[in-house]
Amino acid sequence: MEHIRMPKVENVRLVDRSSSRRIKVGTLYLTATHTIFVGKGSEDRCELWVLHSLVCNVVKHKASQSGYPLLIHCKNFQVMQFIISQESDCHNVYISLSRLSRPEKYEELYCFSFNPNVDKAEREHSWDFLDLKAEYSRMGLPNKLWHVTPINREYRVCDTYPADLFVPQSVTLPVIIGSSKFRSRGRFPTLSYYCKENHATICRSSQPLSGFSARCLEDEQMLQAIMKSNPGSRFMYVVDTRPKLNAMANRAAGKGYENEDNYCNIKFQFIGIENIHVMRNSQQKLIEVSALRSPSMGEFLMGLENSDWLRHIKSIMEAGIFISKAVAEEGVNVLVHCSDGWDRTAQVCSVASVLLDPYYRTLKGLMVLIEKDWVSFGHKFSHRCGHLDGEAKEVSPVIDQFLDCLWQLMEQFPCYFEYNEKFLINIHNHIYSCHYGNFICNSQKERKDLCIKEKTHSIWPHLWENKLDFMNPLFKPDQSQNQGLLRPRTAPYCFKYWRRLYNRFDRELHPRQSELDCLMTVKEETQQLEEDLALCEQVEHQIFNYHPHKSKQALWSLPLDTSLANTPQDYIGGFIGGAPNVFTLQQGERESAELCLFGDKPKSSDADNSDQESGVADFSSHSSGEESLPSEDSVKDPDSDETGPNRA
Amino acid sequence: MEFAELIKTPRVDGVVLHRPFMPTVEGTLCLTGHHLILSSRQDTTEELWLLHANIDSTEKRFVGSLGTIIVKCKDLRVIQLDIPGMEECLNIASSIEALSTLDSVSLMYPFFYRPLFEVIEDGWQSFVPEESFKDLESMTDEWRLSEVNKDFSLCPSYPSLLTVPKDIDDESLCKAASFRHGGRFPVLSYYHKKNAMVMMRAAQPLTGTNGRRCKEDEKLINATLCAGKRGYIIDTRTIAVAQQAKARGGGFEQEANYPQWRRIHKAIERSNVLQDSLIKLVEACNDQSHSMDRWLSKLEASNWQSNVKEILTTACLAAQCIDREGASVLVHGTEGTDSTLQVTSLAQIILDPACRTIRGFEALIEREWLQAGHPFQQRCAQSAYSNGKPRSEAPVFLLFLDCVWQILRQFPCSFQFNENLLIMLFEHAYASQFGTFLGNCVAERGKLQLSQKTVSLWSWVNRPQELERFLNPLYEPNNLVIWPSVAPQSLLLWEGVFLRWNRSTKCLDEAYQEMVHIIEYNKELQNKVNSLRRQLAQLETEDSPLQTP
Repeated sequence: MEHIRMPKVENVRLVDRSSSRRIKVGTLYLTATHTIFVGKGSEDRCELWVLHSLVCNVVKHKASQSGYPLLIHCKNFQVMQFIISQESDCHNVYISLSRLSRPEKYEELYCFSFNPNVDKAEREHSWDFLDLKAEYSRMGLPNKLWHVTPINREYRVCDTYPADLFVPQSVTLPVIIGSSKFRSRGRFPTLSYYCKENHATICRSSQPLSGFSARCLEDEQMLQAIMKSNPGSRFMYVVDTRPKLNAMANRAAGKGYENEDNYCNIKFQFIGIENIHVMRNSQQKLIEVSALRSPSMGEFLMGLENSDWLRHIKSIMEAGIFISKAVAEEGVNVLVHCSDGWDRTAQVCSVASVLLDPYYRTLKGLMVLIEKDWVSFGHKFSHRCGHLDGEAKEVSPVIDQFLDCLWQLMEQFPCYFEYNEKFLINIHNHIYSCHYGNFICNSQKERKDLCIKEKTHSIWPHLWENKLDFMNPLFKPDQSQNQGLLRPRTAPYCFKYWRRLYNRFDRELHPRQSELDCLMTVKEETQQLEEDLALCEQVEHQIFNYHPHKSKQALWSLPLDTSLANTPQDYIGGFIGGAPNVFTLQQGERESAELCLFGDKPKSSDADNSDQESGVADFSSHSSGEESLPSEDSVKDPDSDETGPNRA
Repeated sequence: MEFAELIKTPRVDGVVLHRPFMPTVEGTLCLTGHHLILSSRQDTTEELWLLHANIDSTEKRFVGSLGTIIVKCKDLRVIQLDIPGMEECLNIASSIEALSTLDSVSLMYPFFYRPLFEVIEDGWQSFVPEESFKDLESMTDEWRLSEVNKDFSLCPSYPSLLTVPKDIDDESLCKAASFRHGGRFPVLSYYHKKNAMVMMRAAQPLTGTNGRRCKEDEKLINATLCAGKRGYIIDTRTIAVAQQAKARGGGFEQEANYPQWRRIHKAIERSNVLQDSLIKLVEACNDQSHSMDRWLSKLEASNWQSNVKEILTTACLAAQCIDREGASVLVHGTEGTDSTLQVTSLAQIILDPACRTIRGFEALIEREWLQAGHPFQQRCAQSAYSNGKPRSEAPVFLLFLDCVWQILRQFPCSFQFNENLLIMLFEHAYASQFGTFLGNCVAERGKLQLSQKTVSLWSWVNRPQELERFLNPLYEPNNLVIWPSVAPQSLLLWEGVFLRWNRSTKCLDEAYQEMVHIIEYNKELQNKVNSLRRQLAQLETEDSPLQTP
């Protein structure tokens, strides 16, 4: 609280980015956890809640006639522009927000103060929702080839690894310890995915400390044991996901990659995914492109190309495909590593797993996969997501890229995923929101030390409760099972810009009617009809078989109005942006229309564009018409359903 | 018959056909007057029937005595035929070349095609101007149907019947026609029932360098304005292009002479530029390299998506002037047969829910493209693979379809038809067994006696058996004006056309089938529940006397 210099500012204007003419006037509140904007007036009443932990940066712009603009960029790609009339107010808000959005200690994060109305037992239970042990036993482990080693129970061998790790039965403790000493940060090769059908596995580690010539017998034995744990194969792949040049440069620092001469029967392969710094810059450029105001087609496409984002997505996907094919088609074990084995390695292992195993294409399966490959294996969420004020160079959209890969796959295989893109977007939001404890800290050990399970809540049961919103109506479970290995295409045009994520809050850019929502409504209605039908049949049965007049009661208790209430008209009305918000050729535009007579054309077409894009009504439609728009992507903070003032 | 001499080798055995994403087929290749046929003579494999008219260009290659012909089609498909024997291959290639470039329209397939179905409704009579005028009459009495162009002498590219303001006599029309490019004086394109505003279209005025004016033209368009109201003239060209047109006798409306009108210039490209754009786009789509940068920069360089954006934006502007500003609009470019029609027809799709039904969309194409004199024959003579000198071909109609597809993507529940209808129209505009898209204008079609000698596309499409394929399962009539987004993020590449032959559609087809299934199952249940309820309600009324205590 001590950071809030100014809890409330009146007469603040919220500017709609798609059209600067649309402005809401209201009051801005700063609380310990949220920035809240409440619009004035009954007609354009709107509420906007933004968690401080979602704020990426706050920028003051040059004063304009109307006041002092303050721009807030969020980690979920929301951008808000406020105009504050007093310079001192603006400055105070700026200073307060800058501090509030950069917490210095974990304890300041929202998840530690988030206190929904559940008791202790229930909270503890929420952490049991996912059980990685159950996941390994779903894979068929432990078995006679693989078992859990107790060696890292106290996180002594590797403090960034989980306590329970699977290694080949044949591997002895000294071999593990030896191998871990030969790997960056002690991250020795361990199992990530096991394919029951052919015993092939995906293993992961960090880079070996090979330098120019060093070798380690235990590490070689370790790889040999992994190779042998797959009785059907005569060799294994070692996939280094880095560009060869980067890996070679690492040798000078005493790190590097496996020498094929020293390891028996390995096939070594570079894949060339760029490092976190390249990815951070790439996403920065992508975000700039996505936030351009009425760009031309050329600006947008060139910007997209220059960002290189899709090229990176493609390279990650290709790595996943390579590994999934090695496992499913060749039946060969694969060891994946990058430098530390917590970024590219996590991406690639999890993409390969999704391609291989239909389970990870279900809601529960994706949760498990993220919990396993990312959370438990020490993807550094705190650093990569910038949860705390610290090294900007540690921030990188590594997990965004994984989610992006999933979305690309869903585009190619619309029937094979149980979840829809809202699920991915929700997960993305919560990874950054610090609303739940799951994605706090950089490793399991840190979470344990911080008592995350005792002090915060888990996201997964919450998502599970809302699973109806996240279901893909086109999902065909049987089909997906049969499909087994997904073989996505990787021609450049198969990779697309994920508008729903990067322009998530620019509602006017999205289709005005959503096929997904439409089908979800129909499916829901179908379910209701099925119940009605059963009821009707039951009643009919009664009428014909028992005393006809006695059935009257039952008959009238039928939900007679459901079919009416559920007629398709329902789903159509809500989504239509029937009219552009304000299109009257207003003063500015009249001028530009005139101007073009004198050859000054481009500006006028821009002005026109922004108007065309103004299809759907804006802020007000949301707070007043919750039911009309099931998607929670809107001006309102998506979490507000649980974080309203009375609950927080 | 006259084709025999063009066919040097009518039949070759052992020809192998390669198509992307399909198994190769070995069989016998036959050339007929209008088709290239490849049949394996086994029931299991599909035969290939390719209209010669669909062939855009061919390439030959030889490896030893094995010849290969690459056939590139106007529907953008590329197939490869391996033909044993050098002579056979050369003969086949030159025959295809000759048969696919026949000059005479009357030798085209539609004149030889006999339908295998019974024509229930003659498509040539489905959309006559008199009918649409009747609709107009029911809404307003401000307009009349003029026969001034009865013999097509006033304006060769206009139909014989034209809707003009009631108060303007034929004599004035003649004068206005002499002031407009190609005689295309302003005529009614669309009447917006909601606020009685109208959209008209024309060709550029012939002001020339010395600023000629025409009182009748001014009077004609002023007649569409309500008292005290102003209108908008949307010139689809940039001001610079419009200025240049003056030197060639064309030009634009001077504010001094049209004080009640505000002119807005947009920048829709001319047809030769569009053709170049199509060629570049298709080249990008067929690029086999796996480089992401190359794909995006080629896509960008083709400018296709920019063209889509510009056309759609202009159409939205026209629609907004009418619906939001409550103003009447006159649209023109240079000739008034290309960009003008793109804008007027798209604006109607945005404004008028009727145009989003199958029937209404067909009527729109008939009215705003065929009757309005879009030169289909010239524009669709060649497609993206043409390597000859471009004459007047241009994907003007394809761009219109692309824009419709964009709106359809953004309003997936507001159209009675689906993407298949748009793709089908694209195919038939370029090569067809039906006569609908032959000729360049009504007058030409009359001379060719198309309605007597050929079958109309609409006769076929409107059969219930065919219609099914084109129905959008998500359709729910939506009476609102629909405003699409024209932001680059919202405009997608039309994969159904441009990547159609470069991808397997198995997964997408599956998704479509699943969608149809979900909706059909829902309807089926609804019917069941309803009929059960009715039965129950009936039993109920029969029982009720018993029940009363």
